[in-house]
Amino acid sequence: MSEDGVMETRRLVKRYGFKRAVDRLDLVVRRGEIYGFLGPNGAGKTTTILVLLGLTEPSSGEARVLGFDPTRQPIEVKRRVACLPENVGYYRDLTGRQNLRYVAQLNGLNRAETEKRIEEALATVGLSEDGDRAVGGYSRGMRQRLGVAELLMKRPEAMILDEPTMGLDPKGITEILNLIRSLAKDRGITVLLCSHMLHQVQEVCDRVGIMNQGRLVAQGTIEELSSEGLAAERGQRLSLHEIYMRYFREEE
Amino acid sequence: MGTIFRKELGDHLNSTRFLILFCLVLCVALLTTNTVSLNIREALEEGEKEEFLFLLLFTTSGHFFSLLQFVAFFGPLIGIVMGFDAINRERNEGTLSMLMAQPVYRDAIINGKFLAGLTMIAAVMVTLALLISGLGMIVVGVVPSAGEVARLAIYVLLSTIYIGFWLGLAILLSILFRSVGTSALAAIAFWIVVSFFVSFATKLIADIAAPIDTRADVEQLARHQRVTDYVSHVSPVNLYNDAAAVIMDPFRKTTKTFLMMGPFERISMLRFDSPLNVSQSLLVVAPYLITILALTTICFALSYWIFMRQEVRSL
Repeated sequence: MSEDGVMETRRLVKRYGFKRAVDRLDLVVRRGEIYGFLGPNGAGKTTTILVLLGLTEPSSGEARVLGFDPTRQPIEVKRRVACLPENVGYYRDLTGRQNLRYVAQLNGLNRAETEKRIEEALATVGLSEDGDRAVGGYSRGMRQRLGVAELLMKRPEAMILDEPTMGLDPKGITEILNLIRSLAKDRGITVLLCSHMLHQVQEVCDRVGIMNQGRLVAQGTIEELSSEGLAAERGQRLSLHEIYMRYFREEE
Repeated sequence: MGTIFRKELGDHLNSTRFLILFCLVLCVALLTTNTVSLNIREALEEGEKEEFLFLLLFTTSGHFFSLLQFVAFFGPLIGIVMGFDAINRERNEGTLSMLMAQPVYRDAIINGKFLAGLTMIAAVMVTLALLISGLGMIVVGVVPSAGEVARLAIYVLLSTIYIGFWLGLAILLSILFRSVGTSALAAIAFWIVVSFFVSFATKLIADIAAPIDTRADVEQLARHQRVTDYVSHVSPVNLYNDAAAVIMDPFRKTTKTFLMMGPFERISMLRFDSPLNVSQSLLVVAPYLITILALTTICFALSYWIFMRQEVRSL
């Protein structure tokens, strides 16, 4: 596998019964980039993420994350790659700080370091004042920001975000995306971002991959993708939305 | 795993559930000591079993339950309350996916939960035993002998394993069912079935398998009794009941009924009415103890196996 690939899969197949959720997937996420992972529901994005984190075993093919095989060394992978799962939840009875403290303990951080990192992370996502309130009383946006704070606290080499903006209002979406972008740029963290929000992905991502029915139907920068096909010949620049729809219109 | 264990334990201690449980334990301790202390006076006047007066604190039932009966009957509820939402609540609230994304092994989650529950159960049992002992000493003025203390310790261990079985069952159901309500109901349904219906079924099955034509035929009666014994021990409640009764009553030398004993056993029973010592009592109940332990282990192993194999997608 290539040198600069932080997350890679080669001919990855994951079957559920007869259905192939992921079908011979070749994915490469390079160091330091924000990779937009797109596709309709059920295209296999979440399954791919589960394989990358070692939470499910591939049926065939292989995956590499930071040089580790996630199936064999899931702990090593999860120590370095922070993941914000879809519909992530935190313990409602605990405060934001207590939740973060628990995660820090699970990650084996020492106490003094933990407190420092928690304050830093909460300040970054703007939750310092609400840190001692029970999470049960948080709004959706606050909970999502707490999720980002958790990622920050872990100081990962790479992050996987599954629908981090789902259910947020426009302001919340902008805040989260700005956070993600500044993290990737300032700290050089590689990001795999799953989203349905094409417009946002276009704003934030360096490269995108489009999945459909378990396969990667397109991969590259938005310029590269838009230069394929008829529109490019006419000299038009396509938006990501138009590129995306191209793949699904053809199919119909 | 230590972190998860500590967190779960903290959750138990901080929960309203625990507060209710604690009040319940306190009530039980007070009530039993109260009724028992009255009964013991009566028993003393009749001049019976003075040797093991201390154990009577736990075994004598007055108008109310004895501790033994209470634990056999309501112990399951304690286990169920501790475990019925262990996994599915975390699944529904999304905290399970959050945990899974952390660098912890998946089995640490379930091990931590089971151990924390078991620790709580042990704490409840020890508290109960100590409370009743203490109150008993104050109210009745009995002091336990070393043998009695040993019996009490074995009993507490036995009860912890028994309630642990229910905890394991509840956790298993919380893995199998997505909804917290369903898993709670399923656990309670199982509890009702083994507590009540097994005794009906036992009688029915025994009547069919070994019908009694004439009361005079000892062979027939014995066969009937044997079937009854086998079938009733399907229920962990009965297993526990029998084991606890032998441990706590030094005069019980067998879990069998009088009818089932061989002639020599019967003679020794009648002629040597002396108590067993602890190790001998333990010997009698060993198979029961091991069966309950095995049941608990099976429940936990099954939960473990299913939890480890479950597709995370469904998390």
